[in-house]
Amino acid sequence: MTRVYVPRDSGAKSMGADAVAARIAAEARRLGASVELVRNGSRGLYWLEPMVEVETPAGRMAYGPIATDDVASLFAAKFLVGGSHAKALGLTEEIDYLKRQERLTCARVGVIDPVSLDAYETYGGYRGLRRALELDGAGIVEIVTQSGLRGRGGAAFPTGIKWKTVLGATGTQKYIVCNADEGDSGTFSDRMIMEGDPFVLIEGMTIAGIAVGATKGYIYLRSEYPDAFVVLNEAIAVAVGRGYLGANVLGSGKAFDLDVRLGAGAYICGEETALLESLEGKRGIVRYKPPLPAISGLFGKPTVINNVISLASVPIILDRGADFYKNYGMGRSRGTLPIQLAGNLKHGGLVEKAFGVTLRELLYDYGGGSITGRPIRAVQVGGPLGAYLPESQFDTPLDYEAFIALNAMVGHGGIVAFDDTVDMAKMARYAMEFCAIESCGKCTPCRIGSTRGVEVVDRIVADEDRMANIALLRDLCDTMLGGSLCALGGMAPYPVLSALNHFPEDFGLPAVSLAAAGAP
Amino acid sequence: MTAVVTWEPVVQSVLDRLKTLPGALLPILHGIQDELGFVPPDAVPVIAHAMNLTRAEVHGVVTFYHEFRETPPGRHQIHICRAESCQAVGADALIAHAEKTLGVTFHQTTADGMITLEPIYCLGNCALSPAITVDHQVRGRVTPARFDALVAELEPGR
Repeated sequence: MTRVYVPRDSGAKSMGADAVAARIAAEARRLGASVELVRNGSRGLYWLEPMVEVETPAGRMAYGPIATDDVASLFAAKFLVGGSHAKALGLTEEIDYLKRQERLTCARVGVIDPVSLDAYETYGGYRGLRRALELDGAGIVEIVTQSGLRGRGGAAFPTGIKWKTVLGATGTQKYIVCNADEGDSGTFSDRMIMEGDPFVLIEGMTIAGIAVGATKGYIYLRSEYPDAFVVLNEAIAVAVGRGYLGANVLGSGKAFDLDVRLGAGAYICGEETALLESLEGKRGIVRYKPPLPAISGLFGKPTVINNVISLASVPIILDRGADFYKNYGMGRSRGTLPIQLAGNLKHGGLVEKAFGVTLRELLYDYGGGSITGRPIRAVQVGGPLGAYLPESQFDTPLDYEAFIALNAMVGHGGIVAFDDTVDMAKMARYAMEFCAIESCGKCTPCRIGSTRGVEVVDRIVADEDRMANIALLRDLCDTMLGGSLCALGGMAPYPVLSALNHFPEDFGLPAVSLAAAGAP
Repeated sequence: MTAVVTWEPVVQSVLDRLKTLPGALLPILHGIQDELGFVPPDAVPVIAHAMNLTRAEVHGVVTFYHEFRETPPGRHQIHICRAESCQAVGADALIAHAEKTLGVTFHQTTADGMITLEPIYCLGNCALSPAITVDHQVRGRVTPARFDALVAELEPGR
């Protein structure tokens, strides 16, 4: 029996993985070959998807990208024993892109069958929860605090401090809510975890529940991720069946239940208070803070609300200890970040690295430069509310504070590259347009400002009283930055202003000198 | 798509199944749309009554979320990602191509009722941009030629 892996990850499926898996099964039957087909997550080398792996005595051998028409030739080339083929990539673990990563949070993604609890435990799963069950709540919170873990959704708030507030809050019911509304363009690490290693998220949420005394958890999942919905529910059913979730978690006497709820295509529901409103069955309108969700969150109860990656990083921190995790990274950005390379890059995918890796390394050493072969002119980091960075800033290390110093943000770690054909005035206009489409409407700077922003950019591009309208755009951005209730209106000016400051020639202004472009 | 499904029994059965969930309204609207393809405006008072909400509250939720529809979609739905990563590799040209070949703009359905075209803002397939969904299945690296091939597969021989 030879084990063959074909991902069930939605990115791999978007390139035909299901058909490849079916063809391999059919061909094996036809040839009488004994094959066990495993549908794993993706390794995150998306330009090679669908990437097929075969387990051999030497290790797992990779082939990709595989089309259905390649399958017959794979069998002919004896790929079941690692035979050579035009699409052979060698040992998976030796592929440079993968080998140079530091995969902690995403260690099992693409390696195991995502809904096999046995495989999860074989690869170190549920050690963190077992460790947590030996500690009291304050002891768990202390380890998470000491690890230096900061919210990976983008706000970078220390996770341990958030948990401590909920632990100290009084309430008959507390909740753990996972923010899986991964709406930023250029990001997909939450999706990869949920589709490729859902138990690590379930384990992280269970640890959070045990730590703060919450017995109920919700994963608020964006509806654009239907495959993740299926995998999460399969995994939750397995965990319940085996006593890892439910009224008596691993015989500890502690209860923790988990449900998955779907959003409905509203970007604003990635904002934590809008998400809570949505979970309560309402419009996703942002709440005033205070009170913090940690004090008065879901249904008015103390609530831990964390991003997928934050929660999925907890099991390894409990298992290996705070120091192990903290020893990765730089400055106040500790640990690793699953970085997502997207847009116009030859080798788009998932790169989990310790903080400190530079944009240039990511774009060229990993990303391989642009897919079009043209120079990379701008990159947007941190989603649609993140700044555009010019080439002069590509040596910036991925570090929360280094990005803040440039009026930029690391956010959820998505990097979208554009080549020199990009029109940055058009991107600035889009940032305002997107804000207008997705605004919840509660505060005026965001609701009205975004629409006015689109109009002002249009007038600048059309050269209607250009200098006056540029002054107006800056003034409008200032109002949105200072006067919006949440990050949507409050940060939409970042892509707009960075486009204007670094690429003024696209707005009909004289180009800046390189020295000036390097300034924040 | 010949039989006209009456919405009342569908809505009632979804309500019976889900209305006691905490924060049940989104699961209920999803349940209805999964079966009917949209949330009939006439169902709003029924949902409101069952949930002890005002009609305005239910209408507000239906219309707040981009995904909920108040009209039936075509037999197939295509969503094209408009977000930055897809723009970086030709989403705008793909959208122009789709609108031209289908003869519709976003939020419209082709005259023969076959395809509804919608924008979407990120499918999490950004390493394989441009991305679209065809009947909610994600497809990556969609060139205009691949788009035409995917459309041709929808109703072969029709």
